[in-house]
Amino acid sequence: MAFRSHVLVCAGTGCVSCGSFQIGAALDREILKHGLDGEVQVVRTGCQGFCAEGPVLIVQPDDVFYCGLKEKDVPTLVEEHLLKGRPVTKLMYAPPAASPIPTLSEIPFFARQKLVVLRNRGLIDPERIEDYIARDGYTALIKALTEMTADGIIQEIKLSGLRGRGGGGFPTGIKWATCRQAALHRGVEPIVVCNADEGDPGAFMDRSIIESDPHAVIEGMVIGARAIGSNRGFVYLRHEYPIARERLQKALEQAREAGLLGSDILGTAFSFDIEIVQGAGAFVCGESTALMASLEGRVGEPRAKYIHTVEYGYKNLPTNLNNVETWANVPLIINRGAAWFASMGTGEVAENPWNGSSGTKVFSLVGKVNNTGLIEVPMGISLREIIFGIGGGIPNGRAFKAVQTGGPSGGCLPESLLDMPVDFDSLTAAGSMMGSGGMIVMDDQTCMVDVARYFIAFLTEESCGKCTPCREGLRCSLDVLTRITEGKGEAGDVAVLEEMGGVMMDACLCALGTSAPNPVISTLRHFRDEYDQHIHRHKCPAGVCKALISYDIDQARCDGCHACVTVCSAGAITGQVKYPHRLEQELCIKCGACVEACKRDAVLRG
Amino acid sequence: MARLTIDDLKQMRERAAPTLTLRTGTARARITVHMGTCGIAAGARDVMAALLTAIEQQGVADVLVTTSGCAGLCSREPMATVELRGSAPVKYVNLTPESIVTVLRQHVLGGAIVAEHALGAGCETTG
Repeated sequence: MAFRSHVLVCAGTGCVSCGSFQIGAALDREILKHGLDGEVQVVRTGCQGFCAEGPVLIVQPDDVFYCGLKEKDVPTLVEEHLLKGRPVTKLMYAPPAASPIPTLSEIPFFARQKLVVLRNRGLIDPERIEDYIARDGYTALIKALTEMTADGIIQEIKLSGLRGRGGGGFPTGIKWATCRQAALHRGVEPIVVCNADEGDPGAFMDRSIIESDPHAVIEGMVIGARAIGSNRGFVYLRHEYPIARERLQKALEQAREAGLLGSDILGTAFSFDIEIVQGAGAFVCGESTALMASLEGRVGEPRAKYIHTVEYGYKNLPTNLNNVETWANVPLIINRGAAWFASMGTGEVAENPWNGSSGTKVFSLVGKVNNTGLIEVPMGISLREIIFGIGGGIPNGRAFKAVQTGGPSGGCLPESLLDMPVDFDSLTAAGSMMGSGGMIVMDDQTCMVDVARYFIAFLTEESCGKCTPCREGLRCSLDVLTRITEGKGEAGDVAVLEEMGGVMMDACLCALGTSAPNPVISTLRHFRDEYDQHIHRHKCPAGVCKALISYDIDQARCDGCHACVTVCSAGAITGQVKYPHRLEQELCIKCGACVEACKRDAVLRG
Repeated sequence: MARLTIDDLKQMRERAAPTLTLRTGTARARITVHMGTCGIAAGARDVMAALLTAIEQQGVADVLVTTSGCAGLCSREPMATVELRGSAPVKYVNLTPESIVTVLRQHVLGGAIVAEHALGAGCETTG
């Protein structure tokens, strides 16, 4: 009997952590109970993107999207929808302020995205090579091996305008050509590496790509290896990604068994194999030279890059390093052509990849936004469209304040820049960067000085300490920022931060250091007033920095309902029921619980 | 899996591609078997099983089969609705495992409505 319906259960890390494996098991059980096991197939897919609503699943061909599922919902879902064909409205996604709308294509979060790299997300079982092949998988490899020369492949990638998705935005075709040239020139074998050491807080694009479509990364790497002339590749994957590792390992084994990896690939005499190397979770190891050191088994520290790793990388061999998302783009460019790819995004890239940003970009959209999740959009889309269109705006009716792009060493952009196109060069010009695609949205209750302090604290911990400007510059910046948030800011502090930032940008050994001042510099540029308020008026406008805020009870408004006393864990509020209460400043820990509890707005924050 | 040649891979793709039609929604027809309690009691599950078996045996790749609730005419169950892309839906009544296969062959694949089992064409008036 053929299957009439497929139930696509999200098994990305986000949904797994809220119980999607249990949902999957319950589905299997209930389907068996109703004797539907020959009719309905349950497929575990990679991340479907709408992480905010997990665990999620899609029923096809009905195109019905269920979310926020609990194990106890499964019997109803199976009996009503799968057996009797009555979609269960109460389990479906309900957009705010509307009745439940059933189909996927009507949900703005999905409707406004353009899936290229994520074309198979939520559609295939990442652990079945057959599913990947059914979606044209490995056809680009056939084309690259039988119809194209190495130079032809490199030329196609160049013309597509593809630029490195790890953050640097270096044109991939030029990198490949340089690596191939270096290897030919020296008569040595080049190495191909996939950078899956995704370390930015709040970023999970690469993990999701590997989890939902591991073969796309493998196929891209084999094509790249063929173009560069390499027989040996690595995936440098961070240790904290167990599901990604398991799926990639399985995919590598399947590809090897099918003769798509290893010696004599598809009978064409071309040989290439890939090995997974696990990183131990050091942020700096995402940097090319530190990554090479770690690959070799040495301490993960960068070196000066007078000579790039593309010429002298892993064991001094020419090494071509591209990020997960870059590799996953390759099969599509080969299959559909450079012109198709270049038609998406900004700029005339065919003549010169530096002219614009072609293709799409995957972002993890997180923070104070309604629809957190994994999204893919064409380059050049506005920040406003991403945050308010796809992201559904800011929760709880709060106002938008800033969006942080590019990870910890990216920058914070204010509302005035929301209509700016999202591409490599516009973001850099605005004092931020594309980075690998983390996008953190902040509302008006976020203190920008505190945000800068948070990111600088992260970078201080992750700095390897090899070069002085980074090691000491970060520590000094952190000290100053901490003082400002504690209300001990002084008149010359901003000048010190600016000077320290300048030194680091000029003198640090690697990109971790040279980009580290970005959180400070960009917040100084766009939110200077907040620094001044902290330093000169000892106020935190967002009400975040505890040393700069105090609470008090408005005696005229308080009706003595006692709600604040109940929630105050410090015992700082006293008073008799029905009589105005008092707050003891010395005992107050400034947690703000009383503000939330008071129904009469009688608790004042100053 | 044995090592693949280029031809093997192409054949594999051609065999496997139709299995995903269900998930990408590119089909020329949709058959809805009405699966209310009345339908199930009258044998709709057997009708469904026969239909799915026939679809697999005949290698049909671009026809969706789905279920829905009671169509309202409980006395004439099991019922099914056939929708060919671009034409009005047709409702069939009093189906059996044999007659649904006839409907598949003659109407869905052949384009000719099976008058003997058909109730009527078009949708109910709503609103």
